[in-house]
Amino acid sequence: MPKQLDFIASRVTEGKMTRREFMGRAAALGVSAAMASTMFADAARAAGPVRGGTIKIGCSGGESSNTLDPALVASEVPLNVLRHWGDTLVQVSPTGEIVPRLAESIESTPDAKTWRFKIRKGVEFHNGKTMTADDVLKTIQRHSDEKATSGALGIVKGIESMKVDGDVFSVTLSTPNADLPYLLGDYHLVIQPNGGVDDPAAGIGTGAYTVAINEPGVRHGFTKWANDWDSDRGYADSSEILVINDATARTAALQSGQVHMINRVDPKIAKLLGRAPNLDVRNVSGRGHYVFIMRIETAPFDNNDLRMALKLSINRQEMVDKILRGYGGVGNDIPINASYPLFDDSLAQREYDPALAAEYYKKSGHDGSPIILRTADGAFPGAVDAAALFQQSAQAAGIPLEIKREPNDGYWSEVWNKQPFCASYWGGRPVQDQMYSTAYLSTADWNDTQFKRPDFDALLLQAKAELDLGKRKALYSEMAGILHNEGGLICPMFNDFIDAVSNKVGGYDSDPNGELMNSFAGVKCWLT
Amino acid sequence: MHPIVKLVAQRLALSTLLLLAASILIFVGTQILPGDVAQSILGQSATPENLANLRAELGLNEPAVSRYLSWLNDVLHGDLGTALTNGRDIGESIGYRLKNTLFLASCAAVISVPLAIFLGLLAVRYKDRWPDKMISAVTLTSISIPEFLIGYVLMYFIAVKLGWFSSVALVNDGMSFFEKLNAIALPVMVLTLVVLAHMMRMTRAAILNVMQSAYIETAELKGLSTFSVIARHAFPNAISPIVNVVMLNLAYLVVGVVVIEVVFVYPGMGQYLVDHVSKRDVPVVQACGIIFAAVYIGLNMVADIVSILANPRLRHPK
Repeated sequence: MPKQLDFIASRVTEGKMTRREFMGRAAALGVSAAMASTMFADAARAAGPVRGGTIKIGCSGGESSNTLDPALVASEVPLNVLRHWGDTLVQVSPTGEIVPRLAESIESTPDAKTWRFKIRKGVEFHNGKTMTADDVLKTIQRHSDEKATSGALGIVKGIESMKVDGDVFSVTLSTPNADLPYLLGDYHLVIQPNGGVDDPAAGIGTGAYTVAINEPGVRHGFTKWANDWDSDRGYADSSEILVINDATARTAALQSGQVHMINRVDPKIAKLLGRAPNLDVRNVSGRGHYVFIMRIETAPFDNNDLRMALKLSINRQEMVDKILRGYGGVGNDIPINASYPLFDDSLAQREYDPALAAEYYKKSGHDGSPIILRTADGAFPGAVDAAALFQQSAQAAGIPLEIKREPNDGYWSEVWNKQPFCASYWGGRPVQDQMYSTAYLSTADWNDTQFKRPDFDALLLQAKAELDLGKRKALYSEMAGILHNEGGLICPMFNDFIDAVSNKVGGYDSDPNGELMNSFAGVKCWLT
Repeated sequence: MHPIVKLVAQRLALSTLLLLAASILIFVGTQILPGDVAQSILGQSATPENLANLRAELGLNEPAVSRYLSWLNDVLHGDLGTALTNGRDIGESIGYRLKNTLFLASCAAVISVPLAIFLGLLAVRYKDRWPDKMISAVTLTSISIPEFLIGYVLMYFIAVKLGWFSSVALVNDGMSFFEKLNAIALPVMVLTLVVLAHMMRMTRAAILNVMQSAYIETAELKGLSTFSVIARHAFPNAISPIVNVVMLNLAYLVVGVVVIEVVFVYPGMGQYLVDHVSKRDVPVVQACGIIFAAVYIGLNMVADIVSILANPRLRHPK
């Protein structure tokens, strides 16, 4: 039998057999569908990338108000667009390592304070100019300008000085940071000619594709850049992103073959969709998490017993099953999961325990008045239902929750980071340091739980400067413990990224950094 | 001056005045939108210094009256300004969107208006018999189902199962006229189903009303066939209410089809407006508002004038 399997696999590799034929033959040979699907993917990959054609992506998360300026990119479609035409100094790989891109090599002083990036030679911008270390310097300068409105301002804030020495770009930090390369891998920091100062939204970069059509909120078209420095990408002759914000329309477009892949498949239909013959649903656990936020400095959440009571009265597994339909993992009241490098899995999982919750609730001495939980559909998909589940599981522990539904419009400016208890969403960051610095450092702008602990801050700073991975892991694990037991974060679940991909597509690999292979799918996939 | 010319001139002047009033309302409306442009543009990730910088850059600190006057002046000179969010010229972006919207609306109108009137006439001809009941049942059912659902159902059966038309109605300038028609086939079907009932019922009611008149009886006694009585004698006298409802539906096809645009990914005005409202991009919202107001007022004015011209009593007022 293996011989026959090998034979049909070789037919796939030669491009002489479709997926459907293969699945049928494999089933006849007694191979399970899941197994056959994997075998097909392997066989198809063995054929190697195929050049030519037009890859079409149906993508949600785009508006007609989008711009090509990398500094202002904040949603999925503009991010996919950015990946087509631009490159960053470094990239984070699916396994969490730093991959040099426009920087050829990276080195730092032992105190992690000064970093030197050797800039790749012979890289050409789409306007014909050669990329130099000076362009890199200007780009980072543009994003660090206090007057600029760059989404990466917070990331480049810690830079004390920058200079260019031949083809070396070096950065000196005000405080040491062993994760600097991860910060400079941020998607906003696409290198533009002269830093993009002249025309930030020109769409001129060093990416595999040049911008051919830019109709924000409708579609974006790209053609292969002939002088691309990296030959391991950009297989298709052209690429197109169609902005399809409606979930049903997106699915229909994939099913009727008008696009080759889509992002954000609704968990409710993911299993059904996966049964369609000509496509695969691909999910990967990410770092994004759905949360309930208690503001520690506001009563009654200034009482840790009450916080603990609420943490114990939420049924995390039920949330994953009912809100995410199993496409995700349970949270543990820290913003970190196994997708992060240096994650410590020894921290005990907090379980739903109404009896213990009731005990803590009693101990907290809360007067029994209903605790108001604010939520909105826009907080995260299913946030209103999740709040209702929370209300019921808390009820079992005798804790009265009152749900207040807020409008989506203005939720992030009026409710989040203002009201004492609300539903929210965090997209996650590539490394633990960045996640903690963004939302759990005493001085952070988005410290939405008002978690202000000098000992935690000190550990964070210490970990930042620590180049020894073992020691860093221990520090992070200590910090996680503090947050787990005393923080204002209730983290019931981490959501999966769910894409659906036509079987005409080769080279698709899941990436926990983001949807659609961390938005690189258009650049890295090919059509078979 | 001929009374008709005078009447028409009056209507035109009134419409212009109305449009001016609408422009004030639109401007005031956009001013009292809750929330802040800068916050909406920068989103959750905005820091206070980002916000202050952007606000100053967008000139949000000047008094409202002077902003209104300079805006009105610019609009009268054909300059709609630039979008705050992406710095694009609004006139250019809207031109493209408006063209698409008008294309979709006129395709839907070309099919639905004659069809509705014909079905209305047919319903009167076979009043209270099965064709009348069937036409009413089908059109009333289609108007009662939410349009997005009709969209999804057609999409599933026609685009996904049968593979006849495209579920994504994206049109662009590189497409030929027939490619465009093919792309928008599904949204046109949905829109036709949605607007059909209203116009059909109105045609039926208006004509039935006229059918009670003495001159219809005379026509019947002359021995004319039922259909030609309806078409030649009843219809011209029922034209005024029909034109009114047709214009209302045309206006709906231009300004009210955002749901269809979303479902079929059609790059029209509705989606453009919604995107910019959610980002508090005031110049774009104002520009869209004034265009929508102009379309509504213009079409209603046409309806008024046609009613006047069609009705001898209005044509020769005593």
